[in-house]
Amino acid sequence: MKLQLVYFASLADAAGCAREERESTARTPRELYAEVAAVHAFSLPPERLRVAVNDALVGWDHALAEDDEVVFLPPVSGG
Amino acid sequence: MSMLAVMRFCLSETPIDVPAERAALAHPAAGALVAFEGWVRDHNAGRAVQRLDYQAYGALAQSQGEAILAEAGQRFGVRKVACVHRVGRLEIGDLAVWAGASADHRDAAFAACRWIIDEVKRRVPIWKNEHYADGASGWLHPDDTPVHGGS
Repeated sequence: MKLQLVYFASLADAAGCAREERESTARTPRELYAEVAAVHAFSLPPERLRVAVNDALVGWDHALAEDDEVVFLPPVSGG
Repeated sequence: MSMLAVMRFCLSETPIDVPAERAALAHPAAGALVAFEGWVRDHNAGRAVQRLDYQAYGALAQSQGEAILAEAGQRFGVRKVACVHRVGRLEIGDLAVWAGASADHRDAAFAACRWIIDEVKRRVPIWKNEHYADGASGWLHPDDTPVHGGS
């Protein structure tokens, strides 16, 4: 299915883009991260990330749907 | 029961208007206001910092920030709470984040303000890119705090 990915901070630098559309067989964020981490050589392990789908935090085994917007969040450093 | 009257979280691309933020926390029953200001400092982890950029995931930062302020209202008997966080390019000495809480007495105001800024730093999706004197730069992804899973 078609998925929208949005990247921030070091993940955007590693991916070389802030947003991409992917055709993927991933059913969950866990599977999707394994896919894109391999493509873009992301060094952050999933244990250090949170994940949001359509602007809401979800678990790693959340069921993805066509055209979902998925964001993997690196550890934050505001303040 | 919460007596929280007003809560306001926002991201700002322009300098924070501190007098306006402070005035917005006024309440006839409030006898205390505690505010925290986070400033851009010229060093971090032993390196000289020249400036920094904050990047935010706007929609989620907004909902997480509002959730933190609502929870502060439940936890601490405060009258009003607010937090503003800058995004974009900041220079040394700039105000990066402002958090404030008003309450009937100082204990609740101190506790709420401290808790709000700690939770904002821990949970709100904002990232800092430090630009160093040697020309290098780097996104900070601290690993000394637990990363929270989703629901």
